[in-house]
Amino acid sequence: MRYAMVIDTKKCVGCMDCVVACKTENDVPEGYNRDWIVYDVQGTFPNLSMEIRSERCNHCDSAPCVSCCPTGASHVEDGGIVTVTHDMCTGCKACLESCPYDARFVNPEGYADKCTFCLHLVKEGTQPACVSVCPTYCMHFGDVDDPNSDVSILLKSRKWHNNIPDAGTKPHIFYLV
Amino acid sequence: MHELYSTRTNPFIDPTLHLWAWEIPVYLFAGGLVAGMMIIAGYYLFHGRQDDRQSSVYWMPLASFISISVGMLALFFDLGHKVSVWRFYTSFQITSPMSWGAWILFLVYPALIANLLLKLPFGLGTKIPLLGNLSTRVVKHPKTIATIGVVNMVLGAALGIYTGILLSSLSARPFWNSSILGILFLTSGLSTAAAFVHLVAKSTIEREGLARADIGFIIIEIVILFLFIIGLTTSAAIHKEAVGLILGGEYTASFWVLVVFLGLLIPLFIQSLAVTHKIRHTPIAPIMVIVGGLILRFVFVAAGQASTWLPY
Repeated sequence: MRYAMVIDTKKCVGCMDCVVACKTENDVPEGYNRDWIVYDVQGTFPNLSMEIRSERCNHCDSAPCVSCCPTGASHVEDGGIVTVTHDMCTGCKACLESCPYDARFVNPEGYADKCTFCLHLVKEGTQPACVSVCPTYCMHFGDVDDPNSDVSILLKSRKWHNNIPDAGTKPHIFYLV
Repeated sequence: MHELYSTRTNPFIDPTLHLWAWEIPVYLFAGGLVAGMMIIAGYYLFHGRQDDRQSSVYWMPLASFISISVGMLALFFDLGHKVSVWRFYTSFQITSPMSWGAWILFLVYPALIANLLLKLPFGLGTKIPLLGNLSTRVVKHPKTIATIGVVNMVLGAALGIYTGILLSSLSARPFWNSSILGILFLTSGLSTAAAFVHLVAKSTIEREGLARADIGFIIIEIVILFLFIIGLTTSAAIHKEAVGLILGGEYTASFWVLVVFLGLLIPLFIQSLAVTHKIRHTPIAPIMVIVGGLILRFVFVAAGQASTWLPY
């Protein structure tokens, strides 16, 4: 079992419903983001192209935030979901410094905070909040180890890319192009 | 054209990462200084030269004890979740340099106390008879003294190297992606320690020896800085961009003027004149070395955090 998220950049309109859903579901403090939208514009007028991406922690296979954690607070759950045990975290910020995506932040209560793929919902057999609310159905969540899952089929049938693959962390958010 | 716009607004992350402020450079400086003092004191103890190197051997453990405590206090201030600080000592994470550092610091204290036993400060020997007895026994055994010296040297080297590896292991910050930082911070620690003892030592022999040693450490540090820059400039584009921060970028002036020129080259020149007896020994050079060592940490911590893989 290896969870991953597949996001169709051809369908994403950058409405930020995923951002609001995450904040509501996870009580994300005001002014902080576990997920966010990136507008990536390339080309020269009139030949311009724009990719809109919903970004978050990439739940990497080779997660530097986990290997640098001095207390074991940052760890990998079943299915490859990277999470933080809040009361074990000292707030040393090594994990924030080690993340090439800057996907973590220090919660006002002092511990490192980040996207959990809504682990509490996944354990109940439902989808992460951001995926559930997406009005264009551009977000997909599932098991990439299962060849018949939606995410595996999409990754086999479409072209895709990861964010910053050169950082070598083996991210598990895939963007369909 | 390539334009990126992000809606993320995380404090201390956006628009540029600045999570570690003054506390971490102060801690890294204190760690390096203590590492240097432990190695210098340990070296003299190992060679049984404690009597003609009084400041190095007898006062440095006390100065180290105070410095490392100040550094650890700064580290504590930096922690976001202070109530969990004890968690550092309930596990050992082999892949985490910070975990290694926590345990090295845990071992540094007894090593410093063992060194302090050679000449207990503040009349502690009479106030606490147990310590006095222990001290009397230790000073009678040259092999024990030499062992204390070796332990101090080993732990000092571990502490100094770890302060650099702590940064270099954080691969998300291209400016830090050089394992030579471990040796750079160790050498800088030795240099600042030699300068500090030179500043407080009363014996001419001791001052002369430390000034000569500091000249060597400064030259080595300059070479390492040169190699560090070559390493990044001949690496991938992301690393070239990162080292640009000190080669024309935001930290160019502070690095070249405060660290290299005022913190290394000028003191090197002054100390060279002092050891060749062309001028008298002056506290100016050691002070410049110490301040330069502190600014080095500030520049490296800030520049590292300013370097990123992200295009936005």
